[in-house]
Amino acid sequence: MMPMADTRPLEAHPRAERPLSPHLQIYRPMLTMMMSIAHRITGFANYFGTLLLAWWLIAAASPNGYARFQWFAGSWIGRLILFGYTWSVIHHMLGGIRHLIWDTGRGLGPGEREWLAAANLIGSIAITVILWIFVLLMMGGSQ
Amino acid sequence: MSAPQHIRTPLARVLGRGAAKSGTEHFWHQRLTAVANIPLTIAAIIILITLLGRNQAAVAQILGSPAIAIIMLLFVISITVHMRLGMAVIIEDYVHDESAKLTLLMANTFFTFAVGLAAVFGILKLSFGL
Repeated sequence: MMPMADTRPLEAHPRAERPLSPHLQIYRPMLTMMMSIAHRITGFANYFGTLLLAWWLIAAASPNGYARFQWFAGSWIGRLILFGYTWSVIHHMLGGIRHLIWDTGRGLGPGEREWLAAANLIGSIAITVILWIFVLLMMGGSQ
Repeated sequence: MSAPQHIRTPLARVLGRGAAKSGTEHFWHQRLTAVANIPLTIAAIIILITLLGRNQAAVAQILGSPAIAIIMLLFVISITVHMRLGMAVIIEDYVHDESAKLTLLMANTFFTFAVGLAAVFGILKLSFGL
């Protein structure tokens, strides 16, 4: 006997127990995968970091406003956020350069993409630390 | 013998706008601003570092000078366009409920326009000394 056709609307059908495509939790973490995730997360963070940029640019117009921004930027939490923002911007920029290289069809081989992922991470940390050593030396010299 | 079969109509192929009806605009603007962001971000970081430790009057004067103000305006506009495209992709990837998706896509446009315009206003205010 043929089963009777299900005449209910499509959304009322019980969800079929089909296998789902595997997602993040099923794979062994790899550097290229981690740098891909980091690229999205840093882009997300940079999005909200522009609030700080806009605050700084608007604050620069008045002595009181700028004093408030400097108080925030000089506080330990402010410095931590600005340090994180610096790394996030640098990492996203280097990651973006990696993507632009890939756009030309280069750098996609197994060795090359591992090397690029490592360079992205190491480069972003190194540039951020060097920038901040420079920043703290300049701040120390002027205050 | 039959001619190659195309599901897409000849007009659709010529227009090249695809299922989303927007063609390669998103991809192209994303790459265009990505390329622009590289020199502009480096320039903005250099400007920022040279302004460290200076008082407000000096910062306002330097940021408001024509060359610096134009670089900062280009920087703000390029990153704002870029981040609007990027956040739209994040929303489309993770938010599947149609009304929530549309709401967030609208909020994304509102946020990026607001923060971009605020930054542009800040720069122009310094330049024109209003």
